[in-house]
Amino acid sequence: MNKYYIFFALGVIMYISSCQTTRFPQGEAAYLAYCASCHMEDGKGLKTLIPPLAQADYLQKNSEDLACIIRNGLRAPIVVNGQAYDQPMAGIPNLSDVDINNILNYIKNAWGNDYGTIKLSEVQAQLEGCK
Amino acid sequence: MTTFKYLVLLFAIGAIAACETGNTLSDDGKALPILGERDYENGDTIYHKVPDFSFVNQDSNIVNNETFKDKIYVVDFFFTSCPTICPKVKQQMLRVHDRFKSNDKVYLLSHSIDTKRDTVAKLKKYASALDVKSDKWHFVTGDKDQIYDMADNYFIAAQEDPEAPEGFDHSGRLILVDKDRHIRAFCEGTDPESVDKFMLDIDKLLNE
Repeated sequence: MNKYYIFFALGVIMYISSCQTTRFPQGEAAYLAYCASCHMEDGKGLKTLIPPLAQADYLQKNSEDLACIIRNGLRAPIVVNGQAYDQPMAGIPNLSDVDINNILNYIKNAWGNDYGTIKLSEVQAQLEGCK
Repeated sequence: MTTFKYLVLLFAIGAIAACETGNTLSDDGKALPILGERDYENGDTIYHKVPDFSFVNQDSNIVNNETFKDKIYVVDFFFTSCPTICPKVKQQMLRVHDRFKSNDKVYLLSHSIDTKRDTVAKLKKYASALDVKSDKWHFVTGDKDQIYDMADNYFIAAQEDPEAPEGFDHSGRLILVDKDRHIRAFCEGTDPESVDKFMLDIDKLLNE
């Protein structure tokens, strides 16, 4: 009988740990490869040099612009959570539409963010309209 | 059987404890080495020494060897528009800055390798965004050849490379220089654990 409890406990542990892995593993991998060197693994950015993505109102307020920002970068000053930032961001032109989609879904839902998800067709529509 | 189990457990604890002590001893027992090539002249050892330099910092003040007289300092190379390793290295430099903030023997020196675009004004803005000041942390620019020559002298790889992101390729090493202009330690500025150990090296140098 004891053995069954052990298996049950193991099952619970495995279930919990599987829940804690990210919902967007491919987005996470691409984020770590292309974004984390500036925005950091925890999405908190760096002082007032690099803006945070974690709990960042900018992501919600400018959700229409995010795909283009990843592809082409950002040269204009922005305000995130009331703080001004004007360090230019380099674009990452070699990311595919799908990569950008994965990254967006990751950052919209990582670090306690709850900004919904975005479809590939929506990402592509944004990318076609990039200025 | 139970006795045997206890013996195994005791052995394991002993092995771990021995290991830990071993590490501590080897860490604390040795002085920091003087790094770099050395020459021998008339029976004396001539160590690699940081040569004379003169750059301009974020407040338009000259920074040269005199700036660090009787001080120790931590060196890195970067550029403000660097989209790759620089912010991570700066995050670690900030840890060093914060840890030795109140120690007036320790300075930081960041060289821009993008001397064309990184003007004094740009460096000023960058330093302000990191919330640090030139009484502790100098961000310098200057003659391009002299900057790259100094990178060589600090054993840091830095080069212009049109293929690299934003045109520059360089390593994220942090270098520790003592008051005699000798290089005493280095670490990988992208790796927090390497920087942890580096900060212990700074402690050790301060105790010399």
